Amino acid sequence: MRTLSLKVNGDTVQAAAPSHWTLLEVLRYKLGLTGSKQGCDKGDCGACTVLVDGRPVLACLTLAGAVEEREVTTIEGLMPLHVKSGGDGPDPVQAAFDRCGALQCGFCQPGMMLSARALLNKNPCPTRAEIREALSGNLCRCTGYTQIFEAVELAVAESIGVAPAPRSWEAQRMDPSEAQAAAKRAAAHLAERRKQEGRE
Amino acid sequence: MGARDQHGPGAPWGDAQPGAKDNQAFQVVGKPHRKVDGLAKATGAAVYADDIVLPGMLHAKTLRSPHAHALIKKIDATRALALPGVHAVITGQDMPIKYGVIPWTPDENALALEKVRFIGDEVAAVAAIDEDTANAALKLIEVEYEVLHAYFDPKEALVRHEPSIHEDKKHNKGNISKHVELSFGDVEAAAKTADLVVEDDYSFHGTTHTPIEPHCAVAQYSADGVLTVWSSTQITHYVHRALARVLELQPARIRVVQPCLGGAFGGKSDPFSLEFCVAKLAMITRRPIKMLWTREEVFYAHRGRHPMQLHYKTSATKDGRVTGVDAKILIDGGSYSSFGLVTTYYAGQLLTGPYDFPSYRFDSTRVFTNKPPCGPKRGHGSVQPRFAFEVQLDQIAEKLGMDPIEIRRKNFQGEHTQTVNGQRITSNGFMRCLDEVERASGWRARRGKLPHGRGLGVAGSMYISGTNYPVYPNKMPQAGIQLKVDRSGLVTVFTGGNDIGQGSNSVVCYIVAEELGIPVENVRVVAADTDLCPVDLGAYSSRVTFMVGNATIDAARKLRALITAAVAEHWGIDTRRVRMIEGTVIDVEDVAKSMSSVEAFHIAEEKHDTLGSTGSYNTPTLGGDYRGGTIGASPAYSFTAHVVEVDVDTETGRITIDKVWVAHDCGRALNPMLVAGQMEGSAYMGAAEALLEHHDINRFGLHQGPSLLDYRIPTSVDAPEFAALIVESLDPEGPYGAKEAGEGPLHPVLPAISNAVFDAVGVRLKHLPFTPARVLAALREQKSASVAKTTAKGRA
Repeated sequence: MRTLSLKVNGDTVQAAAPSHWTLLEVLRYKLGLTGSKQGCDKGDCGACTVLVDGRPVLACLTLAGAVEEREVTTIEGLMPLHVKSGGDGPDPVQAAFDRCGALQCGFCQPGMMLSARALLNKNPCPTRAEIREALSGNLCRCTGYTQIFEAVELAVAESIGVAPAPRSWEAQRMDPSEAQAAAKRAAAHLAERRKQEGRE
Repeated sequence: MGARDQHGPGAPWGDAQPGAKDNQAFQVVGKPHRKVDGLAKATGAAVYADDIVLPGMLHAKTLRSPHAHALIKKIDATRALALPGVHAVITGQDMPIKYGVIPWTPDENALALEKVRFIGDEVAAVAAIDEDTANAALKLIEVEYEVLHAYFDPKEALVRHEPSIHEDKKHNKGNISKHVELSFGDVEAAAKTADLVVEDDYSFHGTTHTPIEPHCAVAQYSADGVLTVWSSTQITHYVHRALARVLELQPARIRVVQPCLGGAFGGKSDPFSLEFCVAKLAMITRRPIKMLWTREEVFYAHRGRHPMQLHYKTSATKDGRVTGVDAKILIDGGSYSSFGLVTTYYAGQLLTGPYDFPSYRFDSTRVFTNKPPCGPKRGHGSVQPRFAFEVQLDQIAEKLGMDPIEIRRKNFQGEHTQTVNGQRITSNGFMRCLDEVERASGWRARRGKLPHGRGLGVAGSMYISGTNYPVYPNKMPQAGIQLKVDRSGLVTVFTGGNDIGQGSNSVVCYIVAEELGIPVENVRVVAADTDLCPVDLGAYSSRVTFMVGNATIDAARKLRALITAAVAEHWGIDTRRVRMIEGTVIDVEDVAKSMSSVEAFHIAEEKHDTLGSTGSYNTPTLGGDYRGGTIGASPAYSFTAHVVEVDVDTETGRITIDKVWVAHDCGRALNPMLVAGQMEGSAYMGAAEALLEHHDINRFGLHQGPSLLDYRIPTSVDAPEFAALIVESLDPEGPYGAKEAGEGPLHPVLPAISNAVFDAVGVRLKHLPFTPARVLAALREQKSASVAKTTAKGRA
């Protein structure tokens, strides 16, 4: 048993825990931060993903003692941090997941959203392939991932003020040429943004 | 009025608000609203079973059998009990009463009583101050076993009866769990007169659900003798009944609550060992108990999709009409019955749409083996036969030189008809499903014309929207709803329905908001708590939207009638002139008359006293007039068509799915975004079963890879692209015309992949999963066959 000093969601907190305890155990059992989920406890599912110094880390494979003095962000921290930095309500990633139906059972999503947040922090305008790659450590069993990709893309589109491409079931209800044009417009805006970023 | 048949033959939503005939006239229904629990889940605030912590709570762990089949000679827990921190050890003797989700086949014990039947079977449970201590205590429990012959091959279990895995001779003949043989029309005559008969073997390997949340249960036994169990179950009501039976408690002294649930897919439908163990341990220790299964234990709990060996013989005319289907199916049930009785029926009963064939026979046998028990997985019992039949239908199209979509159109059964096995079909949008996938995939321009290695395949299916078989016989409603009105304008809905992520609580909310003309934010849903909510039979058989939806409409309409009557009296006008819309109540003939819904609630409360209502739904009397005729009988069926585009690497044998077009007739999309999510999630799960997932048991009965990595569920880079295409056929009895969307869209993807591989490289894959080794073997066989043919030609 030792006393750990952890920086979690902006606060420095003390927690007494056996030295072999993982970050996930300390978060869930000592700090009451149960938003980080345990799906396998061996690094397969990614439901326990938290951010350590902004990078996604599997809390179930990380010893709590190894992250002392480093900034840990859990799903509970996203909204308060967003509000603190002048935002209103949930982090745009959280809001987009909610609005896109990406949260079915929701169990994998705390980890998924933190991976998405880390991606957007370093790459504000990712392609679908980059989103797939960045979320590949987070298993989802409900959605088939499509609505998760759409959620990340919505967060991106809104951050640069463009309308996202229509989803398959929306396009189905539109005039085909109009649907195609909308998809092209969205793609062109995003491509332009990526080009600008490349120049900057 | 009796609960059954209360809606009569007409549409229960036929008396919708004036003008509410299409999506445009609805205020809430048909729009992509947020889910009621979306933000709670997004912010980590949602409470799942393992997030519950009670003061003084102990942790429990399970000791499991290391043998596939063995008698328990002796259990000695003395050393475990002596370990500091251990509070109790229980074994089968503490809960000797058997249970089973199907009342006719109770063959499970919470902990093994006299024998163990698979590696992982539960033997004892320990409660201790923490998990580490409980785990240490498990190692100190001494169990003496006498190992028996174990069965791993269902064919052996079919013919060898001794030793039998279950002793109940009344229900089981040898190791046969269930045998069903049903025949409709003259299938022999159809084969004799057919222009073409195709006969072949197919197999399905067995897969499991792997919800990301492992099973977890927490129990508390209060000083006044009330047992509360919070469990990650998808059927609170059956857990409630099973607990009462096994623990010999009055049901009124038990409360079962389903907290937020982290996925289920059928894998949390049975009552499980851990629910009984936490309850019993809480009663013994008088302290709250939690048990969380490890991922490995979830694989042992299993209840996954049954391995099946399927033999199909289909007769057809030369213009592509199917005239007869003859099926023989061997089902590997694993070690317990679970829902197996139903599985055995479903394997035959659910094939009789969307195609019409005049003769049909199936002979399906489920046997016990010493493997983790199989049960209901999304598309229960019908995914495997559907795979076999849809591949066979493609083989017929190939032999006749017909387009695979055309042959499916040709055999369409139509709507408002009856199947060969006596099931009533109401709405049927299958033809539009075919049109949609044909259009969206560019089928006509591309099928059969893509470069070698690339191909398109199609398949269709149907599935139930709930079943009129209520698991235990009773005439009470299948779904009940209560509404409570607050003076603030808030309406609280109490539903026994289980939201397992599919969004049933949201559907209930949308319907109440629609019917009462109030914002969705003013509806709160309390669900799946047996103390608070009226009984609902739970989240299985894709019954929730249809049944709970109709019960909600029923309750909301009754409440609306009270409110509009009070307002009409207040204004001195006819009730029919009063309409509730957008948070107000208006006189449709006089725009000057208007009040807020809160005011209307107050006026109604003054007139009627405390406001509230109840609503219910039960299925009409359905099903064929023969034994088992009600199993598979549903008030409405959903229909699906998929087109899959694949890329086959002929050097490695690897199949890549580029895109899946999923067209699904869900009756009406109460929320198109949630429907699309169900369609995509279903298709994803089926595609994964076809290409990646293996639930393999080795020759000693040991699971070959009880982890997510070894079992190989797809990651975001493995998942194909999906296009969800919603077809709305407006069912006459569904809520606003809605049918199911959560299971049907899984079925066609497996055969469609096989059919696409045929288009790509000309080989027929008939045995799942489609591993690279199997694809390469098929390609080699194709090559040697063509060499032989050329050589033969050369010689000639």
